[in-house]
Amino acid sequence: MNASGVVAALIPGSSHRWAHVVARNYASTRSAWFATVTGAFEPFLFLASIGIGVSVLVGDVDVDGRTYDYTTFVAPAMLASAAMNGAITEASFNTFGKLRWHRIYHSMTATPLTPTDIAVGEIVYAQLRGTLYSTIFLLAMVVLGLVESWWAVLALPAAVLIGVAFSAAGLAVVTVLRTWQDIDLIVFGQMLLFLFSATFYPLSVYPEPIQMVAQLSPLFHGANLCRDLVLGTVGWYNLINVAVLLGMTVVCSRLAARRFTSLLYK
Amino acid sequence: MTTPIGHRRYPSVGSVQPPAGTWTTPRFVRVVEYHLVGYRRMWRGSIVRIVISPILYLLSMGIGVGSLVDQRGAVDLAGGSYLAFVAPGLMAAAAMQSASAASLYPVLASVKWLRTAYGQVGTPLRPVDLVVGLQAWFAILALAAAIFFTLVLAVFGVVASPLVVLAPLATVLGGLSFSAPLAAWAMSQQDDHKFSVVFRLIVLPMFLLSGVFFPVEQLPAPLEAVAVVAPLWHTIELTRGLTLGTAGMSDFFHVAVLVAYVIAGCLYGKRTYTRRLYP
Amino acid sequence: MDDAGLSVPVAARGLTKTFGSFRAVDDVDFQVQPGEAFGFLGPNGAGKSSTMRMIGCVSPRTAGDLTVFGLDPTRDGSTIRARLGVVPQEDALDVELNVRENLYVYGRFFDLKRSEIRRRTEELLEFTQLTERADDRVEPLSGGMKRRLTIARALINQPDLVLLDEPTTGLDPQARHLVWDRLYRLKQQGATLILTTHYMDEAEQLCDRLVVMDNGRIVDDGSPRALIDRHCTKEVVELRLAATTDLERSAGHLRRDGLEVEVLPDRILIYADDGEAALSFADGVGLRPESALIRRSTLEDVFLALTGRTLVEAG
Repeated sequence: MNASGVVAALIPGSSHRWAHVVARNYASTRSAWFATVTGAFEPFLFLASIGIGVSVLVGDVDVDGRTYDYTTFVAPAMLASAAMNGAITEASFNTFGKLRWHRIYHSMTATPLTPTDIAVGEIVYAQLRGTLYSTIFLLAMVVLGLVESWWAVLALPAAVLIGVAFSAAGLAVVTVLRTWQDIDLIVFGQMLLFLFSATFYPLSVYPEPIQMVAQLSPLFHGANLCRDLVLGTVGWYNLINVAVLLGMTVVCSRLAARRFTSLLYK
Repeated sequence: MTTPIGHRRYPSVGSVQPPAGTWTTPRFVRVVEYHLVGYRRMWRGSIVRIVISPILYLLSMGIGVGSLVDQRGAVDLAGGSYLAFVAPGLMAAAAMQSASAASLYPVLASVKWLRTAYGQVGTPLRPVDLVVGLQAWFAILALAAAIFFTLVLAVFGVVASPLVVLAPLATVLGGLSFSAPLAAWAMSQQDDHKFSVVFRLIVLPMFLLSGVFFPVEQLPAPLEAVAVVAPLWHTIELTRGLTLGTAGMSDFFHVAVLVAYVIAGCLYGKRTYTRRLYP
Repeated sequence: MDDAGLSVPVAARGLTKTFGSFRAVDDVDFQVQPGEAFGFLGPNGAGKSSTMRMIGCVSPRTAGDLTVFGLDPTRDGSTIRARLGVVPQEDALDVELNVRENLYVYGRFFDLKRSEIRRRTEELLEFTQLTERADDRVEPLSGGMKRRLTIARALINQPDLVLLDEPTTGLDPQARHLVWDRLYRLKQQGATLILTTHYMDEAEQLCDRLVVMDNGRIVDDGSPRALIDRHCTKEVVELRLAATTDLERSAGHLRRDGLEVEVLPDRILIYADDGEAALSFADGVGLRPESALIRRSTLEDVFLALTGRTLVEAG
């Protein structure tokens, strides 16, 4: 089964034409290649800040009886967070402008493309750049000796899954926003997830009730998955991580497609 | 004789004076008023940014990561706890971030998408009034945010000196040291392609590497040299000193550097605004 | 292809579109024949654009029947749109791409082959006189050029039917004539066109047949000539009177003597087969206009006769 077959199975009513939307977005960002290249830089800054700075202050971290250097512990969570941030930024900021001001989507709907095709195209495109960054970052982790297991090969598809899940969510949310001020809500949600998904420290740092809440965060599942794969501590719990992200992808992308349809077919 | 609607009779030669009731305050104040009116419709979003996000950062980084740092106690930090070290840094960084966000898109929008700035220079306002007015407006917003942040610091129990009442002023100065040059630069741009690069190559590296989360002395020498030129480092040093009671003579130097950034930014702004608005 | 589909490009019966309690399109019937230029004439808000959006399969109808190429827009939207060319009221060009890329990307949306698009692009740039701007960004183009590019884009798939929504609104006179010229050539090549307009001169120049719309309803239809003959006299006299004149009273004088008169906010219109005679008659009853103009009746007068309002005023 090819890519559009998989997509059509997950999101009813989509055709192969979403690929044209991806191609259109690619054509429009070629002029902004500098922004694309510098984007790859971002997770390295976090890694540098943690590796050079905070890890010296923190030292080692104990998780489930094993001891890790702080940088080794945080790096996989940075991978997951970067995948999330890239996808949300692309899916929300860029799409919002298109949806509210530019009439690009209106000219697309004059062609055989359907709103569902457009939504799928945007979701796919939004995580493409994130995938590029995740790949670079994962390679850098290997070079810096932050990878402890061959399971880490699966961290890349895991990062892609995180990217798709959050682009779908970002796209679904953006369809109900009205002004740029509303966008602040997305930024706020992003920050909430980034700070409280056991990214910077083990879940055990939180008090018991907050541990329960943190496990509702999709980024927690993404970070946990990446961390277990990179550190080689894979277990049955990771299947739950995957299920949460897959479920989020399917629900949010169908929601986004439905919202696109009602916005573009008035 | 009825009063004509919408226009005044053309004045006779020699009687060209402004009509009564105009320009009693400096012109840039009008620009501040203009921003205030617009702000009434958009304060909701900035409340989230100003009020809630600092608390979340303090909880996650200060207390969460702090629990790991303090349990080890390997490095002697000013103020003792990691929370006390990080808190003033986060306050300074918050000012930098909102100043940067407010200086790029809104400034370009005022000449490119909304074109409101062209309307403003069609009145007695000059480009330089727009420059000063915008910065004055930012100063008001930043002050409100900084005062709130200072109260949060007090609640978290990291305030160690009465000098802390000056900390909001230091943070405002730090914010302007970003907004003045960035607004000037944004005015010279034709599109927003480079804006995200500014965040990635200037704002984010400063946030992560110039002293918010760890002392800059830990950086390799060349990186440290870059970090101490950054306006954020000066703002953090000032704010941290005033909050934790470790302020000293060197803080006058930090003030001087920040003031220089603001003045240079405004002068640069006068140039770019004039070029753009009086083409 | 399906003969039934080609024989009737668009057929509507009882077509209705409501937004909440507002009836934008209210029970309209019409048929568009192959090869004709069909127009919707009416003021802003008459329901023209809503009708166009339903034909373009981007707006589900509330009630009634609508077929495009014999297909159902709700079920076969993509298939129908593959054979349509749409020129929307707002240009909706992709400002992040240059002129050539706009055509290329748009062509890909139709699944056209790359080589095919490249060939068509050169032809269409030539046709719309944009060859020299092919590699320029879209934003700095003039309004007329943008509109021509939008037309070129709509033709990239060699559509069987072209929908034009207010094709020259907002253009200066020179740019309008250039667009009309291109559309006229398209028509001569046998294209089927549907256009909406609130300019009577545009409708007269381009439309073989048109329907007059007002408040979501079709008030009459026919060729421009037939509509004028049906509702108007041969000529119209326009009298502009001094600002202090009571127009209604002056009109009353004329009406008493059996003339057909309309009062507009700034002038009086007299309908007559002989304009000169009517003008001297007005002079006879003591009207002293600041200016007087005798002209042929137009679709504007048809609209006025049908609705009691002018096209501009009604918007």
